[in-house]
Amino acid sequence: MIHYNKFTLANGLRVIVHEDHTTPMAVLNVMYDVGSRDEDADKTGFAHLFEHLMFGGSVNIPEYDEPLQMAGGENNAYTTSDLTNYYIQLPAENIETAFWLESDRMLSLAFSEKSLDVQRKVVCEEFKEHYINKPYGDIWHKMRDLAYTVHPYKWMTIGKELAHIEDAKLEDVKNFFFKYYRPTNAILVVAGKVTTSQVKALAEKWFGDIPAGERIQRNIPQEPVQKEAHKLEVKANVPLDALYKCYHMPGRMDKDYYAIDLISDILGGGASSRLHQVLVKEKKLFSNIDCYHFGTLDAGLFTIEGKLVKGVKMKDAEKAIQEELDKVQQEIIPERELQKVKNRVESMLAFEDMGLLNRANNLAFYELMGDAALMNAEFSNYEAVTAEEMHKQAAILFDEKNSNTLYYYAG
Amino acid sequence: MINRKIAPEIKDAVDFEVTLKPYEKFTLDNGIPVYVIESDEQETLQLEMVFPAGSWYESENLIASASNFLMKNGTGKHSALEINESIDYYGAYLNRSCHHEFGTYTLHCLTKSFSALLPTLQEVILDPAFSEEELALFQQNMKQRLAVNLQKCDFVANRHIDKYLFGEFHPYGRVSSMEAYDALQTESLRAFYQQHYTYNNCRIFVAGKLPDQLIPQLNQFFGTTKWNGEATIIKPEISIMPAEEKKFRIFNDENGVQGAVRIARHFPNRYHPDYPKMMVLNTIFGGYFGSRLMSNIREDKGYTYGISSQVYNFRQASAINIHTEAGRDVCEATIEEVYKEMRILQNEVVDQEEMALVRNFMIGSILGDLDGAFQIIQRWKNLILNDLDENYFYNNIRTIKTISAEELHVLAKQYFKPEDWYELVVI
Repeated sequence: MIHYNKFTLANGLRVIVHEDHTTPMAVLNVMYDVGSRDEDADKTGFAHLFEHLMFGGSVNIPEYDEPLQMAGGENNAYTTSDLTNYYIQLPAENIETAFWLESDRMLSLAFSEKSLDVQRKVVCEEFKEHYINKPYGDIWHKMRDLAYTVHPYKWMTIGKELAHIEDAKLEDVKNFFFKYYRPTNAILVVAGKVTTSQVKALAEKWFGDIPAGERIQRNIPQEPVQKEAHKLEVKANVPLDALYKCYHMPGRMDKDYYAIDLISDILGGGASSRLHQVLVKEKKLFSNIDCYHFGTLDAGLFTIEGKLVKGVKMKDAEKAIQEELDKVQQEIIPERELQKVKNRVESMLAFEDMGLLNRANNLAFYELMGDAALMNAEFSNYEAVTAEEMHKQAAILFDEKNSNTLYYYAG
Repeated sequence: MINRKIAPEIKDAVDFEVTLKPYEKFTLDNGIPVYVIESDEQETLQLEMVFPAGSWYESENLIASASNFLMKNGTGKHSALEINESIDYYGAYLNRSCHHEFGTYTLHCLTKSFSALLPTLQEVILDPAFSEEELALFQQNMKQRLAVNLQKCDFVANRHIDKYLFGEFHPYGRVSSMEAYDALQTESLRAFYQQHYTYNNCRIFVAGKLPDQLIPQLNQFFGTTKWNGEATIIKPEISIMPAEEKKFRIFNDENGVQGAVRIARHFPNRYHPDYPKMMVLNTIFGGYFGSRLMSNIREDKGYTYGISSQVYNFRQASAINIHTEAGRDVCEATIEEVYKEMRILQNEVVDQEEMALVRNFMIGSILGDLDGAFQIIQRWKNLILNDLDENYFYNNIRTIKTISAEELHVLAKQYFKPEDWYELVVI
């Protein structure tokens, strides 16, 4: 049970306070309701590039990092397809420094040409390091493009191509900022050795006078139900064949999400999971196999991926996966196995909640989904899932017409 | 109206009291020491069992890591699947690791499940089977993984730079290979296990919310017998054999768009008085986001997504290693800038503002790292396994708080001479 207090400033900024007096530290977390799904198809990678620019100085503070480090703080940020999150951890005595820095860059950025110029290059190197210069690095570019026809999850958060990042203009940066980085689209969480009244006063003082902005009205085209299986064959300079299968699944806030999440754990969670046990250890068709999804807010991709043992034929490997998927569709999951995956969720949530930073991140994320209180209801949502529901969901999920298969051959 | 140009008052790092919460020590009936940090805030527990079973002690390449890995894959009574089932059922994690000095098994679980997990943990530690089938699978899958990794410039660069520094026959420079995986035999894994995973070489570290009767339970499963017999482990003397050449350029992938750059030199180990001082100088140079290397090479030039400099924590001999992946056409320019930053530290004394900033940053970061029982036991484990005590920790804190810019300057002059550094680019 995570305790918190919640209030909203006049400009719409939602503030959550999680007091924990057992630590000498404090965390200040700002989550903006914008991600790569909000980008135009010809300007991809922008939400993430923008995250980099948030460190290039703000309207009153030329250097973001230096004063924070001087206060004994550390920070970082990440961008996903759905959101952008910034966080600071520092000794609680110095929490006001975090308010000062975060509020000034919400007020306005410095918008320097030099910063844009450098961060374009930095992000291009990040792109190369993770997606070009690595074996199998282009798989998700290809898979997303194969699986989505209209939804912006079609491209990765890093961007569709280097050129989109290289072409970013300062004008685009400004427009993006004033559209999305407003109090009304943000959630502030302060956690650690702080009090609610202290946070209230500091939030009013530093964030209270920032213009509210307009709440963004999303009009993202939702992916229609897929009517036929998509397949793609690729040959690349890699040592082993790989097989990726993705199935469209509902978004994070859908009532069926929990049953499907548990199916992914049955198939791929831990060394005793079905796919690892049958395909790696017993049949020896794959040297590794994983099953996961990204928990995206809009409809996402349920993924099974593995590398084939040298000499194994792609069609035999695919058939063996299919047999396991048939089994979850045809047979009810035994009670002990269902209990196992529920126990795993309980334990995972407990370990996740250990870190102050995680607790702050999660409170912001659940608030973004509608209400921070959802965080405390999470385990009961999993506990309520029945084997029958999983059986029903498996049949919908693993329908052949709903599948996207990427055959990635060593060339 | 507030004046946003003026920073709020801060409390300086030197004024923070950094304390390392003391552990409690127990001894099992057969003499195994158990170090404990208790904390009731969460319902979770961590237990580590540590043995002197690192690669330093192996007579054939990979024996230490392979035996460490395969202990979990089947016992005298249960198959690997049954072992994994019983761990997964309770949502627990049983991880293994093996480095130069130690082989370790770490259990993470909800405190309420601890008692139910002890029989499985006991089987894994006391009765591993080392079956032919599990070994064959391990060999096949590790060779496949190696084949993929050998295509990555950063992986290849890490292997080579350690080889140059320490020599390919030294445990710090020795690397895996297809041949070494093929040569593994169950008999030698079993022999290594029996020699090193013995009751008298075991140390246990526990942190988190403790179950009722922790010590009696540990006694029941690990404390009553002289399991695996008493083995005296003699640490062999092994000398480092550095490469004579210092500059290397390797082409691993003709189409690579980036190069992995490594610039490294030898450095004394943690027992040398320069070691804690270098932690401060290295932080300024390349040890945090605001470092000289990051500010210049990422934030000014945009040559890379990240560059950092790291001081190895190896027991016998340490090293400083600067590492980055940079655009293919700017690798050489990156190296130039690294040397330029070394020269600046050799020629100019660090100013007081930067000194204050780095002191504060380092103390803040240690405070954050000591947050929680799991983190505190890690600190203690590092001290205890290296035959050190809290004085070493407090001495490091004192060094951060009090070292002068002049002392750092002396250090830079001694250790940042460009001719002492190995240099490698792998494209």
